[in-house]
Amino acid sequence: MPRVVVDVMLKPEILDPQGQAVANALPRLGVSDVASVRIGRRIEIEFTGEPDLDRAREIADKLLANPVIEDFTVRLAEADETVDARS
Amino acid sequence: MTARVGVVTFPGSLDDGDATRAVRIAGAEPVRLWHGDPQLHGVDAVVLPGGFSYGDYLRCGAIARFAPVMQTIVDAARGGLPVLGICNGFQILCEAHLLPGALTRNQHLHFRNRDQALRIESAGTAWTNAFQPGQEVLIPVKNGEGCYVADTATLDQLEAEGRVVARYVGGNPNGSQRDIAAITNPAGNVVGIMPHPEHAVEALTGPSLDGLGFFTSVLKHLVGAPA
Repeated sequence: MPRVVVDVMLKPEILDPQGQAVANALPRLGVSDVASVRIGRRIEIEFTGEPDLDRAREIADKLLANPVIEDFTVRLAEADETVDARS
Repeated sequence: MTARVGVVTFPGSLDDGDATRAVRIAGAEPVRLWHGDPQLHGVDAVVLPGGFSYGDYLRCGAIARFAPVMQTIVDAARGGLPVLGICNGFQILCEAHLLPGALTRNQHLHFRNRDQALRIESAGTAWTNAFQPGQEVLIPVKNGEGCYVADTATLDQLEAEGRVVARYVGGNPNGSQRDIAAITNPAGNVVGIMPHPEHAVEALTGPSLDGLGFFTSVLKHLVGAPA
């Protein structure tokens, strides 16, 4: 069954201290050409029937993201994109 | 008649016991409320305690907002029921849109646990009328995600309407915008505060007795409130 992918990211104007901490650790890996790192969250939703993007958008708006500080996008997963833990 | 103050327990609440005790020391009758029970059992006010409701999964307070008891509390708060959200309770109030803005990860990423000086900016709320405006109090702060953020228009509105209830003084423990430690809704019955007044109600366990004022305030408010 196709899944719906919801990506949640902090709005650009909201400070992302986790991303900053990761960016600050990169020089320890010898990486010096990264300007910034932002951390978000990816959520995969599997419906019992056909995937419903409008329903997913409602779920994202009400629960998965906090519109005060976060933006989200909703899309169908590509066929080969989703890692299925059961396979 | 003794006021009845409800204290909600969510899965993962930590400070419900201390909040209950603070209510009792202030002279009210604490009533334990359960997250899965939509009934408020006739309480006159509600405290949402600190902790890690639902393990802080997704975002702090995001899942607690949809608990059956919260549906009732949101409606009652809109009708004037005094509600105090402490720490995780503050996060829940923001997620439930009873208060504007959001609490995010401390800017320095460290959990902060210390006795914190606050300045009471608004003594006009149901939970701060026992204080004088400008009064400084000492109350423990302990949070990992206590950085208050909102857009500039919201912050300006909070300031203009006198809805910043308390500010950090002597150092901002989490990077909160404009040193905000506590805010209220337009009616002044809903207050969210990041530090923990319920931990400053007894000489044996707290750095001061300053926290008691939040709980005696609501009793004073209830006596004066129209029936």
